[in-house]
Amino acid sequence: MTRDGGTGFGIGRRRLLATVGGAALTGVLAACGSNTGRGGKGSGPALSQWYHQYGEPGTEAAVKRYAAGYDKARVTVQWRPGDYDRQTAAALLTDSGPDVFEVDGPRLDQIKGGQIVDVTEQIESVKDDFNQAVLKPKIWDGKIWAVPQTIDTQLLFYRKSLLRAAGVQPPQSVDELVEAAKTLTRHHRKDKVKGLFLGNDGGAAVLGGTPLFAAGLSLITEDGKVGFDDPAAARVLGKVRQLYADGSLLLGAPTDWSDPAAFVQGLTAMQWSGLWALPQVKKALGDDFGVLPFPKDGAGKPAVPVGAYGSAVSARSKHQKEAKAFVKWLWVDGTDKQEDFALSYGFHIPARISLAKKAKQLQEGAAAEAVRFATDHGFAEPLLWTTASRTAYQDALNHIIKDGANPETELKAVVRKVNSELQRAKKK
Amino acid sequence: MRGRGGAAAKGGQDGQAGEAGGSGQGSGAGRLRRFRGPQNRNLWFWAFVGPFAIGLALFTYVPLAWSVYLSFFDAHNTVSPTDFVGLDNYVSMLGDHAFLSSLGTFLLFTAFIVPTTYVVSLALALMVNRLRFAQAFFRSVFFLPTACSYVVAALIWKLSIFNGVRFGLANTVLGWFGADQTAWLSTSDPPWYWLVIVTVRLWLQAGFYMILFLAGLQRISPRLYEAAAVDGARPGWQTLRHITLPQLRATSVAVVLLLVINAFQAFDEFYNLLSDARGYPPYARPPLVYLYYTALGQEQNLGLGSAGAVILALIIAVATVVQARWFGLGRKED
Repeated sequence: MTRDGGTGFGIGRRRLLATVGGAALTGVLAACGSNTGRGGKGSGPALSQWYHQYGEPGTEAAVKRYAAGYDKARVTVQWRPGDYDRQTAAALLTDSGPDVFEVDGPRLDQIKGGQIVDVTEQIESVKDDFNQAVLKPKIWDGKIWAVPQTIDTQLLFYRKSLLRAAGVQPPQSVDELVEAAKTLTRHHRKDKVKGLFLGNDGGAAVLGGTPLFAAGLSLITEDGKVGFDDPAAARVLGKVRQLYADGSLLLGAPTDWSDPAAFVQGLTAMQWSGLWALPQVKKALGDDFGVLPFPKDGAGKPAVPVGAYGSAVSARSKHQKEAKAFVKWLWVDGTDKQEDFALSYGFHIPARISLAKKAKQLQEGAAAEAVRFATDHGFAEPLLWTTASRTAYQDALNHIIKDGANPETELKAVVRKVNSELQRAKKK
Repeated sequence: MRGRGGAAAKGGQDGQAGEAGGSGQGSGAGRLRRFRGPQNRNLWFWAFVGPFAIGLALFTYVPLAWSVYLSFFDAHNTVSPTDFVGLDNYVSMLGDHAFLSSLGTFLLFTAFIVPTTYVVSLALALMVNRLRFAQAFFRSVFFLPTACSYVVAALIWKLSIFNGVRFGLANTVLGWFGADQTAWLSTSDPPWYWLVIVTVRLWLQAGFYMILFLAGLQRISPRLYEAAAVDGARPGWQTLRHITLPQLRATSVAVVLLLVINAFQAFDEFYNLLSDARGYPPYARPPLVYLYYTALGQEQNLGLGSAGAVILALIIAVATVVQARWFGLGRKED
C-alpha cells in the first residue's frame, strides 16, 4: 500500500478522483455549451432551426450561411442525420425541440394535435406562385401549415441504347411497360440485365398510389372518400404483379430505388428513381438515357408523385412570432436563396413556379421534361391519407405483387381500413 | 476472515452504542452513524449502487410504468394524454390483423430458431470441449461473432453475401454451378429471406450459447464418465443422452429461456435486412418492428403502441413461466 491510499504513481486517490471528476465536469459543460450550427449575427431572440441531413455536399454550409445572414434573430442551425422524421416527432413532444424545422408533410395528426402553427399570413400574398400540387397537402381547415421549400419528383429512367438493341420503344402505357420490361429482360439475359427496377421490394413501397393515379383514380377523392374503390384499381395492380411474375424486375440490388447505381451500372434497362438522381445519371451515361412519367393505364393519364419538405414553426416555440418572420424571410421573400438551395448543390425544382420557370438548369433536356411532368402530371399524397391507411395499402400491394394475392380481395380490405381511418381523422 | 468478522463485530458494537445514544441526547449523530453503517459500508454501497439504481428506475421502471399508463389513453402525438379510453387500445390491438399475423409468424420463428440454435451451440460446445489443443483459439473463433453488432452483421449479409445481383457472394458461388441469380430478400415464394435471417442470427448468437454450454460441460465430473465406461456405456450418443444432457439441464433451461425471449425481442437484424426508407414488408415483420412503426412511426400512436408492448410483454412472461415450469427451473439437480 502506498501512503494515503495512493495509486502507487505518487498521485493521491483523492487528487486522482478530483482530477478525473473535474475533467468530466469540464467535458460535460463544454458539450452543453457547444454549438453545432453557426449562430446568426442578429441581436434578437435565439431561434433553433432543424434540417434533415441532405446528401449533397455544400447544402449544410449553405443553410448555415442563410441563417447567419438574418439580422432580426440569432438563428442556430442543427443538421440532423439519422431518422429525422422520428427525431422531430419526438422533439415536438417536449420543450427542447426546434423553433423552425423542416417537415415531411406536415401530417394531419401534427396539425390537429396543435404541434405546429399556421403560416397562412406569411405566404398569403404569393401562394398562387407556389406549385399547387405540393401546396395543397399543406392546407387544412383553410389555413397553410408549412411553406414548401423545394419539390422532388420521381421518374422512369430508361437507357436508350439498351431499348434500341432490344427493338423496344419507350413505353407509353402500363401494358407497353410490362411488355417492354419482358422483352428487355429476355434480350439481355446473357448479360444478366433486367428490364425494370422498381425497388428491392418490387415497387410496393415506392410506387404507392402512382399506378392508381395512372389509371385515373386517386387515394382520397376531393370530397374526402376512398378514391380507389373501383375495378380499374385491381386491374392496374394486377399488371404490376405481372411485371414480377414475368421475372422482368431487378430485385435485391445493393442499393434501393432512390440510388441510380443499379441503372448506371447496367443491372437494369429502366429504373424508377428520383429527380435528384439526374445529375449522377447524366454524368455516367451522357445522353444515353431518357425520362418518362409512370405511363397511363386505360382511360387514365401519366402520373408522377411530387412532394416537398415544408418549413414549419413549432407550437412550443417561445418565439413564434419571430420564428414565423424568419420563415417568411427565408422561404417566401428570399427567392435568391430558394433558387440557390434547390439547384446549386443537389437537383430539385424550386417550389415557386416563377423560379422554376427561369432557372437555367431546368430549361432543357431531361430536366425540362421532369419539370413538365411535375407540373402536368404531378400528384401528392393528401393529408387524409394517414399512416395507418398507407401501411394497409402497402401491405396489400406486397401481397399482390409478391404472393400473387387477388387484387380485388386485397383492395376491399384496404378500402374498409381507409374508411375507418377517414372517420377517425374527420371526427375531431 | 477473522479480521472481517472482528470489524463487523466492532461495527455492531458501534451501532448499538449509537442506538443507545439515540434514545437520549445526540440522536442525530447516532442516526447518521447507523445510516452510514459499520465502516461506512452503507454509504459506500449507495455510492456505488445508487447511480445505477437511479438510472434503472429513471430509464427502465418509470418508462415501463408510463407505457402501461399510456396504454389506457388516446395518446396520439403526446406522452401526457388526457383522453382516457379504457381498454380500447387493447381491443384494437388484439383485433389488428397485422399485429396478430406478426405474433403468429414469430411463434413459428421461435419454434424453429430456439431448437436450431440450441443444437448448433451445443454441438459447437461438445466439439470445442473435446479438443486437445488450440481449444482457446477455437473457443474465441466461435465466440467472436457475438462481439459484432446485429446492425453491422445484417448489413454485411444484405449487401455483400445475399444481395440479389450477379456479384453477390451467394449468387457468385451458385453461378459457378450454372444457377440463376436469386433475390434472397425480395422473394416470398420461396421465402429465401428466412435463410438470410436465420443464418445471420445463428452466426451472431451460437457462440454465446456455446460458451454457456462449455461452462456447463466443464462442471461435469469426469468420474461420471469413468463410472459409465466401467458399467459398459459406449461413448457417443449413449453417454451424451444419459450423462451429458441430464447434467446440462440447468444450463439448458437458462439457454432456452434466453433464446425464447430473444426470439420475441427480435428487431435489429429484421429491421436492417428488410426495411427501406418507406416501410417494411408484411412478411417476417416481428411484433417489435410493428410496434415501433405504430408508436414511433409517423402515426405516433403512443397509446396503441404501448398497449401492444404490454400484450407482448405479457406473452413473453407467460411463455417464460410455462417453459420454466415445464423444464423444472429451480428443481433440485439430479
